Amino acid sequence: MLMISLDRLDELFAAVAAKQTLYLPADREDGQAEYRRWEDGVKLSSRLNTVRSAKDFFFPQTEDLVEFKMEGKNIEVIDPRKESEDFVVFGVRACDARSFTILDKVYLVEPVDSYYKTRRDHGTVVTMACTRPEETCFCRTFGIDPTAPEGDCACWSDGESLFFRANTEKGEKFVDSISSLLDEGDTEKLEKINERTRDVLSKMPLANLSAENFGGDKLNEYFNSDKWGELSEACLGCGTCTFVCPTCQCYDIRDFDTGHGIKRFRCWDSCMYSDFTKMAHGNPRLTQLERFRQRFMHKLVYFPANNNGEFGCVGCGRCLSKCPISMNIVKVMKALEVK
Amino acid sequence: MNSETLIPYVGVVTDIRQDTPDVKTFRVVSPEGGKLFEHMPGQCAMVSVPGVGEGMFSITSSPTNTEFMEFSIKKCGHLTNWLHAMDVGQQITVRGPYGNNFPVETELKGKDLLFIAGGIGLAPLRSVINYVRDKRENYGKIQIVYGSRSKDDLVDYQEIINEWMADDGVEVNLTIDREQEGWDGHVGFVPNYVKELAPSTDKTVLVCGPPIMIKFTLAGLKEIGFTETQVYTTMELRMKCAIGKCGRCNIGNKYVCKDGPVFRFDELDELPDEY
Repeated sequence: MLMISLDRLDELFAAVAAKQTLYLPADREDGQAEYRRWEDGVKLSSRLNTVRSAKDFFFPQTEDLVEFKMEGKNIEVIDPRKESEDFVVFGVRACDARSFTILDKVYLVEPVDSYYKTRRDHGTVVTMACTRPEETCFCRTFGIDPTAPEGDCACWSDGESLFFRANTEKGEKFVDSISSLLDEGDTEKLEKINERTRDVLSKMPLANLSAENFGGDKLNEYFNSDKWGELSEACLGCGTCTFVCPTCQCYDIRDFDTGHGIKRFRCWDSCMYSDFTKMAHGNPRLTQLERFRQRFMHKLVYFPANNNGEFGCVGCGRCLSKCPISMNIVKVMKALEVK
Repeated sequence: MNSETLIPYVGVVTDIRQDTPDVKTFRVVSPEGGKLFEHMPGQCAMVSVPGVGEGMFSITSSPTNTEFMEFSIKKCGHLTNWLHAMDVGQQITVRGPYGNNFPVETELKGKDLLFIAGGIGLAPLRSVINYVRDKRENYGKIQIVYGSRSKDDLVDYQEIINEWMADDGVEVNLTIDREQEGWDGHVGFVPNYVKELAPSTDKTVLVCGPPIMIKFTLAGLKEIGFTETQVYTTMELRMKCAIGKCGRCNIGNKYVCKDGPVFRFDELDELPDEY
């Protein structure tokens, strides 16, 4: 397999960044990782994952949809988009890589969201196999193999070298573009590492969590479960889970008066918020119970009902570590499950 | 549909009719004249005043109208207050059409039709009523039961009196909630009136109105022998994108903006009770 020595990573990143914008996880001063644009001196984080997911690259937290120039009674409509450039997202974990195919099932089905599609077309996703999963990880519950991530090109590290395998045409182009830096390398050590990672995963606390009893078949049974009250009782409705979630894709559309015209933008929104469904004549989800239920029903029941059983969760564990009341999808699944 | 569906068309308001104290009907055409886009009865559009807001409204004019589109809008919030205050000649933005439609070319064809509406609930049905009136040969008898709080709250009253009531094979039954001077028609709530009228149970029913009216009307229809598979209605939930992506109007595995707004009652039965 083609590889590069880890001490030549800067050279590799410089070569990629010379042609396209390159983003990768880097450590912040507080020790947490976030995606950053690579420039000289930026080091790849050694942490398992970023605090925020990678969905921003294709579904940014805010973006302008359309602009209006208002003059008297007249309106001019302007498409604010400029030409897009190619970019590479490097070091995406298997869970986040799968989240992109889940977002695709929302944004690339008819009518296609062209804002999202343009970014998908221009972005190359280079993934990184996990070697040190954490106790909040449960990607395997959703059929994700963290030692064989999806994405346009997958990478593995054996502690000395970084190995590359293209999964798609875009991935092949990426490998071609850096081929002058790569050498053929022996993967024997790599296979042992992958085996060890899988072994560790099977001993992790959430190794036996199964989603097999969820899906569209028991829609009303789960909706009418008497467990929702207790589960949602302490929920603050802060929406943190939805903001760190790589598959949460609900959005709001709002207008902003710039003083020179009106900008219509969209921004992430959360079904956990009380005004999410509020209408002039009332609100069908009056309490946090209904809002809390909506989020989990959507991921575990409604989404699979519409997508051949695929769940709207990738087991990245971000909500497990970030929820201020320590409530999360794992607890919900365990409490709710009907066998 | 516009290929860039989140980018709206500009429309010009060429006529504003005050229907009731809180409902106005707005006529909209493209700046070059003519309709902005084609639609089917029951479909909706996102109407917006940039900087004020955007909302989903049913297109109340019939697709058979080749000149313009109409929206009957009740004043009940920020955007609708603004729309009610504007003058003829104002430009607004419109995108659509969105959602499914009443099955006028399939299940409803050849059937006797019973329309039941309450208040502003007439808006989505008016599109179907005028469509079947214009394609009269494709449908059987038409009965329209329409009620409002008072005579003044009957939307499209002049059209009902002058056109619908004058048609052969169209029976119109109006009712108002309470006695009122100058009204010698029926007085009482729509669900009870429907039961009193005891329509023939081989009709296909289209019902729109406030949720409470729909609930009691359906119960009444079942009492006199109708089944849920004979009755269609429209739903409304909060919407932003109108294309099944922003997540607001999700109920069960359906999105009202794209899988609805038209549902048959047996389909609604399968959805969680959250609307």
